[in-house]
Amino acid sequence: MENKIKERLGNRVVNWEKKNERRYYIEIKKEDVEEVTQILFKELGLRFSIASGIDTIDNFEILYHFSADNEDKFFSLRVKISKEKPEIHSISKIITAAKWIEREIWELLGINFIGHPGLERLILTEDWPKGVCPLRKDFTNEQRPEKA
Amino acid sequence: MNKDQKKRKTIIPVGPYHPLQEEPEFFELEVEGERVVKLNIKIGYNHRGIEKLSESKHFDQVTFLVERICGICSTSHPFAYVQAVEDLAGIEIPERAKYIRCIIGELERLHSHLLWLGLAGHFIGYNTLWMWAWKYRETVLDLCEQISGNRNHYAMMRIGGARRDILNKEIDELKKKTATLTSVLNMFKGAVMDDPVIAARTKGIGILTKEQAINYCVVGPTARASGIDIDVRRDSPHNSAYNLVEWNVPVLPDGDVFAKVVVRILEMLESVKIIIQCLDRLKDLKEGEIWNEVRDIPAGEGIGTYEAPRGEVFHYVRSDGGNTPFRHKVRAPSYMNILSNEVAVIGGDIADACITLAAVDPCYCCTDRIQAVENRPACPLRQSSSEASHSSGRKLKYNWEQLLKLSQEKTKRILSIKNQVSK
Repeated sequence: MENKIKERLGNRVVNWEKKNERRYYIEIKKEDVEEVTQILFKELGLRFSIASGIDTIDNFEILYHFSADNEDKFFSLRVKISKEKPEIHSISKIITAAKWIEREIWELLGINFIGHPGLERLILTEDWPKGVCPLRKDFTNEQRPEKA
Repeated sequence: MNKDQKKRKTIIPVGPYHPLQEEPEFFELEVEGERVVKLNIKIGYNHRGIEKLSESKHFDQVTFLVERICGICSTSHPFAYVQAVEDLAGIEIPERAKYIRCIIGELERLHSHLLWLGLAGHFIGYNTLWMWAWKYRETVLDLCEQISGNRNHYAMMRIGGARRDILNKEIDELKKKTATLTSVLNMFKGAVMDDPVIAARTKGIGILTKEQAINYCVVGPTARASGIDIDVRRDSPHNSAYNLVEWNVPVLPDGDVFAKVVVRILEMLESVKIIIQCLDRLKDLKEGEIWNEVRDIPAGEGIGTYEAPRGEVFHYVRSDGGNTPFRHKVRAPSYMNILSNEVAVIGGDIADACITLAAVDPCYCCTDRIQAVENRPACPLRQSSSEASHSSGRKLKYNWEQLLKLSQEKTKRILSIKNQVSK
């Protein structure tokens, strides 16, 4: 699978990091995310496990974790997103299961997903102030709304 | 769609709170007559910000924090978390710890599946099954208590091994108790697989096809009942003993509720096999060698997974070299499975919705607040004139008890038809 992915992704790979025999971190450009997801999920048949958004202080990062179950390997796509313009294309049209996690990243980190079918609150309460993203590193306790 | 048709839309809200639920969820069933045509799911009622909290605890404390995500999967989350940190830091664990991890993990699976089986029985009006299942669940909980001191929240996981040992002198007794479960589970197998009423209520109901299952990326018994052969225990046995013992992964192709019931029952029999083998191996190993010393967690990132009773639980941990996680992502199996109800429940009867929604075992048990709000004045579902006295044409149709009754009455109806046929 490792070679297949390398071959199919070609020069879309910005950085290929093999942490150990079971974990691979593949950095790609954010413009390529839909295309690469299509290849990994539809063509190569990897299972989408989950995505995780991270505020690394310098920028945002989303990791899309794909699992090759019969080989015991995780291939995690790493996409870096600038803080000035936090947006990326949605992959929900390719993978239905990504619908919820994109909504979650949107509300917790404030990253916009272009083309998402229904970008609404998933886990935060309705009275949570708009534009306050609790998983950002610059979030402070003072920003918390008062308890109802 | 003209105005009149729009008015005909009947919505049955299910949720979000009920004492039986461990995860409050809200299902909005859109029905036409008795047929479900659309489902909206809302979650977040139980959001506690654990991922954020985790960033303020040191690595060892997080083990206890994630244990409290869920009372039923209370060892699966720490299992996956310690795997993630061990992956990050490249830590191997002693053999004895591997067996201990598996024993507690499988006991948890047993009690979780028995809890679900009992509830599933209750939903379709088979209350004997409910009482049986919960009675024998006590045996499992007693075993958990004997090993860890607690019926739930075992605190057996530790980065680099297991936190507590199992005493060799207690192993024979534990084995004897565990072995009693085999005959019980075989009884359940017979009670469920040969029962014509269970077959009538669950076969062909709430089907999730393999294609849908792949697209919704479902995991665990939900995936295995739809013909997807995945199991983290077999596929990724790193730092656990699942590759050191003999066992099988049951997979069924049908995708209906019946397949999900059967997969879980067969899985429980495998769990008993695993526990007994692990206990046997423990006897040959020296007591006390249960963890490797871990001093520092270096900067880096790691992924840990474990097969919780409901499917793959996923933890991602990133460290910046400090003593707390820089980012900790947790994905529980129900997060993937619940969304698949969006397709599984469509086209079915509302009397079947109860068991279909429950079939993925989403820690969902429905609520006292289930009620149908009727928009139009005349409806075939109308029951009594007293209910019609509610003002403005919007009235409460069903509460949870009535829906449960509806489901149980369907079983009785089938039963009486079957009896007539056999006569």
